[in-house]
Amino acid sequence: MARREAVPPRFAAGDRVRVRRADPPGHVRTPWYCRGRVGTIERLCGAFPNPEELAYNRSGLPAQPLYRVRFAATELWPDYREHPGDAVEIEIYQHWLEAAP
Amino acid sequence: MSGQPGDAPHDTRGYYRRMQSAVEELLILKGLVTREDIARQVEAMDRRDYRRGARLVARAWVDPGYKARLLENGSAAATELGLEIGPLRLIVVENTPGVHNMIVCTLCSCYPRMLLGIPPEWYKSRAYRSRAVREPRAVLAEFGTALPDDVVIRVHDSTADMRYMVLPLRPRGTDGWDEARLAGLVTRDSLIGVARLPDLS
Repeated sequence: MARREAVPPRFAAGDRVRVRRADPPGHVRTPWYCRGRVGTIERLCGAFPNPEELAYNRSGLPAQPLYRVRFAATELWPDYREHPGDAVEIEIYQHWLEAAP
Repeated sequence: MSGQPGDAPHDTRGYYRRMQSAVEELLILKGLVTREDIARQVEAMDRRDYRRGARLVARAWVDPGYKARLLENGSAAATELGLEIGPLRLIVVENTPGVHNMIVCTLCSCYPRMLLGIPPEWYKSRAYRSRAVREPRAVLAEFGTALPDDVVIRVHDSTADMRYMVLPLRPRGTDGWDEARLAGLVTRDSLIGVARLPDLS
């Protein structure tokens, strides 16, 4: 969906990103369990109105780029023992992501 | 305060069911929707089930070009088969001999309803939602699904605007089958990724 009022994407597939470790009040769609964790951009899904704004009947514009970010299960859960190759992919909006080394 | 003369019978529906009725009645009173609109949508919802998703899978199994389009843009590929999917933004994730995919929504219970119908109760349970990302193999085992050591799991948490469906591996022993017969093999749970389809030979 092309939106004129969209923030340009800052990341591309393959980039390493860290999820901000933040705890803002209100409606948030970034799961707690990935905050502060490092993952890899799997793809850009497009730009969507910010749900943190939509939840309060605001426009959510400019739209935020939304990514699928792949995390190793062992990165999310340091005690994960089921299989070292397992992964979790999560949809995360750009304003929750920062570049990771 | 039940049992007093003249009291209405105690409403046992629970907070959210009562709130839902109240909102529904308000919307009707204000003329924003009619009872018929609501009934029509409920019937449409009841008519949709996972066999819509099974059609996409069977087509992808027999037509490599379609499969490529399905993985590239799930919504467009569903529309191509004549399925009305409304605003659904579909991502189809492909199982391969080395990768098994599994879908969850840890935040609520997002599910590709336009394609798979109403989600099963367990999909909405706190247990599934919290454990699918934490110990997916233990959860799969409870569904009777064992993954070999050379297969990794990718769990997809539908936290935002996209919805997910798994493209299962085509069972062995189905060479030459037509699309309708193949579609009959596809189960709902295989489209969510908590089950694998058994080989026939």
